[in-house]
Amino acid sequence: MKEPALDLSPSPGDQVKTTTCYMCACRCGIKVWLKDAGPQGPTIRYIQGNAAHPVNRGVLCAKGASGIMQHYSPARLDKPLLRTGERGSGEFKEIEWEDALRIATDWLRPIRERNPDELAFFTGRDQSQALTGWWAQQFGTINYAAHGGFCSVNMAAGGLYTLGGSFWEFGEPDWEHTRYLMLWGVAEDHDSNPIKLGLGRLKARGAKIVAVNPVRSGYGAIADEWIGIRPGSDGLFAFALIHELLRADRIDLDYLVRYANAHWLVLRDPGGADDGLFARDAEGRPLCFDRNTGAPADANAIGITPAVVGEVALADGRHAVPAFQLVAERYLDPQYAPEAVSERCGIPADTIRRIARELAEAAFDSGLTLPVPWTDAWGREHPEMVGRPVAMHAMRGISAHSNGFHTCRALHLLQLLLGAVDAPGSFRYQPPFPKPIPPPNRPGRTRKDNGALDAPPLGFVHTPADLLVDAEGRPRRIDHAFSWAYPLAAHGMLHTVIRNAHAGDPHRIDTLLMFMANMSWNSAMNTAETMRWLTDRDEDGGYRIPRIIYSDAYASEMVAYADLVLPDTTYLERFDAISLLDRPISDADGAADAIRQPVLEAARQRAQDGKPRDVRGFQSVLLDLGARLGLPGMVDEDGAPLYRDYADYIVRHERAPGVGLLAGWRGEDGEQHGKGAPHPRQLQRYIDNGGFWREEVPEHARYFKMANRGYLEWARKLGFVGSAEPIVLQLYSETLQRFRLAAQGHGPHRPPPEHRERIAAYFDPLPIWYEPFEHDQTSREAFPLNAVTQRPMFMYHAWGSQNAWLRQIAARNYLYLHPDTAARHGLADEDWAVVASHHGQITAQVKFAGNVQPDTVWTWNAIGKRRGAWRLDKDAPEGSEGFLLNHLISDRLPRGDYANADPVTGQAAWFDLRVNLRKADGADQAQPQFPPLPYAPADPRPLRYGADLRARSKTR
Amino acid sequence: MHPAWSVIVFTTLSGAGYGLMVWLGALQWMGRFPVDGAPPWLWAALLLKGLVLSTLGLLSSMLHLGKPGRAWRAFSQWRTSWLSREGVLAVLTALVALALLAPAVLEAAMPRYRLALAPAATRTLLAALVAAPLLTVVCTAMIYASLKPIPAWRHRLVVPAYLAFALLSGAALLGAAQAVTAGAVPAAVAIAIAALALLTGALKWIYWRDIDRQALPVTRGDAIGLPGREPQVFERPHTEGNYLTREMGFVLARRHARKLRAIALFLFAALPALLAALALAVPAAALVALPAAAVAVLLGAMTERWLFFAQARHVVMLYY
Amino acid sequence: MTALPPPSKKKLGLVIDLDTCVGCHACATSCKEWNAAGIAGPLTDERPYGKDPSGVWFNRVHSYELAGGDGACPPPAMPAPPALTLPALTLHFPRSCLHCEQPACVTVCPTGASYKRAEDGIVLVDEDKCIGCKLCSWACPYGAREYSAVEGVMKKCTLCVDRIYNEHLDEAERQPACVQACPTRARHFGDLADPESDVSRLVAERGGVDLMPQLGYRPTNKYLPPRPRRAGTEADAAAPAEDTLERDKLPAALRWLDRMLSR
Ligand SMILES: Nc1nc2c(c(=O)[nH]1)N[C@H]1C(S)=C(S)[C@@H](COP(=O)(O)OP(=O)(O)OC[C@H]3O[C@@H](n4cnc5c(=O)[nH]c(N)nc54)[C@H](O)[C@@H]3O)O[C@H]1N2
Ligand SMILES: Nc1nc2c(c(=O)[nH]1)N[C@H]1C(S)=C(S)[C@@H](COP(=O)(O)OP(=O)(O)OC[C@H]3O[C@@H](n4cnc5c(=O)[nH]c(N)nc54)[C@H](O)[C@@H]3O)O[C@H]1N2
Ligand code: SF4
Ligand code: SF4
Ligand code: SF4
Ligand code: SF4
Ligand code: SF4
Ligand SMILES: [Mo]
Repeated sequence: MKEPALDLSPSPGDQVKTTTCYMCACRCGIKVWLKDAGPQGPTIRYIQGNAAHPVNRGVLCAKGASGIMQHYSPARLDKPLLRTGERGSGEFKEIEWEDALRIATDWLRPIRERNPDELAFFTGRDQSQALTGWWAQQFGTINYAAHGGFCSVNMAAGGLYTLGGSFWEFGEPDWEHTRYLMLWGVAEDHDSNPIKLGLGRLKARGAKIVAVNPVRSGYGAIADEWIGIRPGSDGLFAFALIHELLRADRIDLDYLVRYANAHWLVLRDPGGADDGLFARDAEGRPLCFDRNTGAPADANAIGITPAVVGEVALADGRHAVPAFQLVAERYLDPQYAPEAVSERCGIPADTIRRIARELAEAAFDSGLTLPVPWTDAWGREHPEMVGRPVAMHAMRGISAHSNGFHTCRALHLLQLLLGAVDAPGSFRYQPPFPKPIPPPNRPGRTRKDNGALDAPPLGFVHTPADLLVDAEGRPRRIDHAFSWAYPLAAHGMLHTVIRNAHAGDPHRIDTLLMFMANMSWNSAMNTAETMRWLTDRDEDGGYRIPRIIYSDAYASEMVAYADLVLPDTTYLERFDAISLLDRPISDADGAADAIRQPVLEAARQRAQDGKPRDVRGFQSVLLDLGARLGLPGMVDEDGAPLYRDYADYIVRHERAPGVGLLAGWRGEDGEQHGKGAPHPRQLQRYIDNGGFWREEVPEHARYFKMANRGYLEWARKLGFVGSAEPIVLQLYSETLQRFRLAAQGHGPHRPPPEHRERIAAYFDPLPIWYEPFEHDQTSREAFPLNAVTQRPMFMYHAWGSQNAWLRQIAARNYLYLHPDTAARHGLADEDWAVVASHHGQITAQVKFAGNVQPDTVWTWNAIGKRRGAWRLDKDAPEGSEGFLLNHLISDRLPRGDYANADPVTGQAAWFDLRVNLRKADGADQAQPQFPPLPYAPADPRPLRYGADLRARSKTR
Repeated sequence: MHPAWSVIVFTTLSGAGYGLMVWLGALQWMGRFPVDGAPPWLWAALLLKGLVLSTLGLLSSMLHLGKPGRAWRAFSQWRTSWLSREGVLAVLTALVALALLAPAVLEAAMPRYRLALAPAATRTLLAALVAAPLLTVVCTAMIYASLKPIPAWRHRLVVPAYLAFALLSGAALLGAAQAVTAGAVPAAVAIAIAALALLTGALKWIYWRDIDRQALPVTRGDAIGLPGREPQVFERPHTEGNYLTREMGFVLARRHARKLRAIALFLFAALPALLAALALAVPAAALVALPAAAVAVLLGAMTERWLFFAQARHVVMLYY
Repeated sequence: MTALPPPSKKKLGLVIDLDTCVGCHACATSCKEWNAAGIAGPLTDERPYGKDPSGVWFNRVHSYELAGGDGACPPPAMPAPPALTLPALTLHFPRSCLHCEQPACVTVCPTGASYKRAEDGIVLVDEDKCIGCKLCSWACPYGAREYSAVEGVMKKCTLCVDRIYNEHLDEAERQPACVQACPTRARHFGDLADPESDVSRLVAERGGVDLMPQLGYRPTNKYLPPRPRRAGTEADAAAPAEDTLERDKLPAALRWLDRMLSR
């Protein structure tokens, strides 16, 4: 018998289109192969990574490679929906777009006329804040935010108020040169594929990887060393490392005086209004003490020999010490010795000492220099770049605690002491970062004559005067961001909106407009109450939150709580801009942005009932609504719409002269980059280039970006910074001290009495560590365990479960716990357990895993689903066995006085959760259960995707 | 391994059919058939019965296929595949049986014609009627015994036990038929049944004892390329079941196994031996005792076959 | 046909680096995606949105916990340093067809549907001949065969034979889907018969192993075992040598009083 004749070169498709993946926020470049499938138009044959793309270099993750199932998901919404039943019941009728837009306009117009703040516009997982934030500004509401407040604002703020850049998406380890990488509380992060690519490179090179994480899975699994830390104690661990480095004098003082404010003099005037502020000269320039001249000098001058310790008497008689001395005094204190923190952190003191030594060796003894001449910001030439090949990356394991802001600053302090910020081998900024510290844009606060806000609603608070509070010091925003309770809430606080809107605190709102956020389920704290607030009524019978407009692409749990549902397209059906004005996709060696283009036409796709899909991209809808409302910037003098749709806006809109959503191919002829007039064929240029634009940072400008003239000038040219002034890294934060002084009764803007103690305690200008609030406010005996979640690499929050392939990987979750912990609680493997917190209880099935710190239990995030949601069968495991920890997480602190959040930034403290466990006798399904949503279930027949495509491709 | 009823019922029945053929061939070849008092058509009728049983087996195993319509392809790979060989020999066996049945069938259908086979041809066919079914059963057993990933099936007694079961159930069917048609059985048959029952019981008992002691030849450490280490499963690739976990992942609790083994042993060994002894001691009882013994053997064999699958561990489950 | 061809000159296969695999499942879903409409498609999913969803996958990613040990069994070709103790490990382990050189899955096949390609050693199923008897899946110790009850035939990893020779694809993309997707680049594809190939070198350098070699299937695919972790031992945790701090003399911070730094 002969081998069968195989067609080894079947056509992979009739056409291929490049666009940007959106199965998560990593934004990889993809190539979508399409095959013609008759009247329905092209069908997806295959999605692969785009090898030319700077983010993913051709690789693809589990989600990205399941894009076919995401696009063809039976849970897609197909037409605008108007609520017919009770809110929350999930009963709707389909309506036409014209009606939907008219209804929305009718609801919004009076609000804008009456009081634009009565519109709360909150968006979730989107990457169109460059548009949505601007739209809110033009509408005139201060009540706008995206999801960053419950996500990672501790990292963003911790970094931006210290380094002018941050972990998260604003920086990356020097994958090419680092020899020592510490990963603090990272399971997956937004840079999914870049981190994996990077780890692969470190592995190939034999660099050491240390994972600090109560759980060892994923990245931790391949780390050389796992530090199974007790949750919430990373700050202490960092302090002990700092203590050891200071003790051994293994720190980079030259770096600290050159690039940071270590030598800046801090006034010592206990009780005075200037205590803890920097000593400044008449021009406001910070001072240092120059050992050469023996006198105070401009701290930013060059050619001086600044002192880093020693008290100085200033000409005016005041006393001051260099900031570094405050650092040294604080962290050399025996309370931060390895022995002293070991028990709380769950890390042996010897291990801490060894890690400190390894860090110092890697940073200082590696001899890494790059033979690249460069010029610093003061014009001095350097023949080479001296490396400090220790890199750190941290994310929500640090961020999602109520002490996360300070812990993040503690990590940055550790990096700074090692000279390991933007040096070869260390953490590196991704353009447009670094930015001035803090970034200059402050939150909008007043309305202009045309009704628009004076600035975008989100920004960075510099002083108490920037807060959004009323004359009595009460919050102005519905989420209480930028109030005395959460002054630096740079990303807003999506996690408090629904409670406050229900309570009318500080005021009632009329309409809640939400986009891409599953706020009745996995992105809510206190889930059951959230559902109640969404549906609760006033005495007069009306809903307390009168109207809810929501845009989703799929039949999520949240859809059921909307009055009007605006169905979005899938990510393969629309234009999008992945803009430098929003969340950049740059890497440390280049600035980049990208687009999404429709590779499939929504109208040629079929709905569940066989009719053509009738959906519109939300961004286009938003512009349409804006034009109908006559919002400034969206209509011309005659009131006619300025933009045809979002694609048109991407190309033609200018935020400032020459600045638009996309930085590539600007100017009349499309030859300018960064800034330039709109270029009519810009989108086509992107498409021709594989969907993205990238401009390399010149080689001499790639390190020490905060003080590298080559970089700063390049960045100024592209519009990333206003001037080429060096950016001084803030070891010691005067911004924080200003708030503390206000709390101590200084200055015109002072917190109301109830907030004073809190502000004074948590606005320490140097990093501090304190027990996460829930740990302290609950009994350690009653709730002895920490409970955390992790991102599964193969799911994106809630929206992976509708994916026929991804859900097979995990159709339900377990609560993982150490066998010793189980033994202590009388639990056997696969027992069902009641898990209780101070706030509530759930029932979940436990499973043993040795790879977790024994005081911690954990589960995969967002696997549990409400029955009926996402058009899964009512008996799907996601609903019957899957569960959420969110039911246990309170949105308020146990004491009830503040949100369950960081006191500086308002970041939601998801991971402060403390629980206890007991065996649940007789249980065989997860609790709590809610009434199933009545969405029509998906086609139960076997899915034979590709069967028809294959037949066509056969050549026999 | 997942015990599929189709396979169990019909390997049992086809084994019985082949066993019966072997006895018919051997006895005829030795001139020891028919028995006194039995009708002259009994031999042919029994041969037909053997043919039917074995063909039912084949057909049912075809129904168990994903694409029964293509079953004919299964004859092609006799050079390497025991399953293919089983198919080829099964057909050969059926042809032999048909050839031997031809004269009787022809006579019954058209009494005016007679077909007489040359004595030499008859003897050759009778020899083939002994050899072909035996070899078919060997092939069936070898399908299992050749599978390295299922160590319990690699045991040296698997082939003997399959043969023993075929001969035992064949003998039991023969005995029952003779008892019913002739009202009595030759002592030799009863003795043979009793002896085979005890022998089969002994074989199975040794087999079970051995596989209980047998560790898998490889460990989970070997399975993932880290011999000497002891991995525990942290997460399966998929939270719900898949083809492998359903097909290879069947696990039978030890407690149940012990009970089922006792039942099986009683049914296919102890009870038939006792009933055969009874028939020997009280010939009049044979009419009831031997059919009962046959039923017991078949039920016992089926239970045993179920255990044969349910207790076999596939090394792939090391991954789970 | 199910008789094995003489050993092929080329032995195409995968090398999977367990030291680098983070268990992300990208290889599993990208495999499903390419192959759904490839020569072995569809990879049918039953009850795709229901209870107990179950589909055909050519590649599945397991994860294990390994307790720490005393270093008695270092990976071959990597002699244990004297006092090496094996740390506890979480290990991710992708499992697909190994394209064995002695594949009993082929020889047991009664129809000739299973075969090993003479040219490059890839083991395939010709679905047009398969009768769905499942015997080959019983014969595979590695669980690499996937039966679809809906399709009635056996399926398995094709080593993406319709990619690796596919003239419609760029040269660089002529590799299996799982290799192309793997975000850590823990998967490598090449000719393991050629000692000079990248994959063969990797196997030699890193002590690549066969899975369950005792069974005699002689897999072509190799796995690179996790390297010894460089956790460092507490024995060398002594305080840093440069500790010059004399606590009782000065306030500790003042030790830097005389430090000459230049800005
Ligand atoms: N316990 C616990 N809870 C957590 C976390 C945790 O770690 N632990 N993490 C928190 C964090 S950091 C985050 S960011 C949140 C995330 O939580 P969410 O922001 O709620 O994320 P998703 O669940 O993915 O829901 C987003 C919604 O967007 C919809 N969607 C998907 N694609 C599109 C589209 O193209 N257009 C439109 N209009 N809609 C679309 C989905 O259908 C879904 O309803 O969860 C938070 N919740
Ligand atoms: N595949 C996938 N990728 C995603 C997402 C997704 O849903 N799926 N979501 C995206 C979003 S919105 C976000 S915000 C990012 C978040 O990305 P990650 O920051 O990776 O977020 P988490 O998975 O919440 O993981 C936090 C890690 O911190 C650990 N941890 C918890 N408490 C502590 C602690 O006190 N100390 C230390 N050191 N570790 C701790 C947990 O065990 C976990 O491993 O991921 C993004 N990327
Ligand atoms: S990491 Fe995965 S899901 Fe996220 S954008 Fe990249 S390919 Fe898509
Ligand atoms: S792994 Fe299994 S299916 Fe693949 S060749 Fe080897 S025995 Fe056959
Ligand atoms: S299932 Fe198909 S490929 Fe497997 S042995 Fe049977 S006929 Fe051959
Ligand atoms: S080689 Fe191809 S068929 Fe095989 S596992 Fe990889 S992607 Fe799947
Ligand atoms: S894609 Fe790579 S890293 Fe991910 S599971 Fe597969 S082999 Fe491991
Ligand atoms: Mo997030």
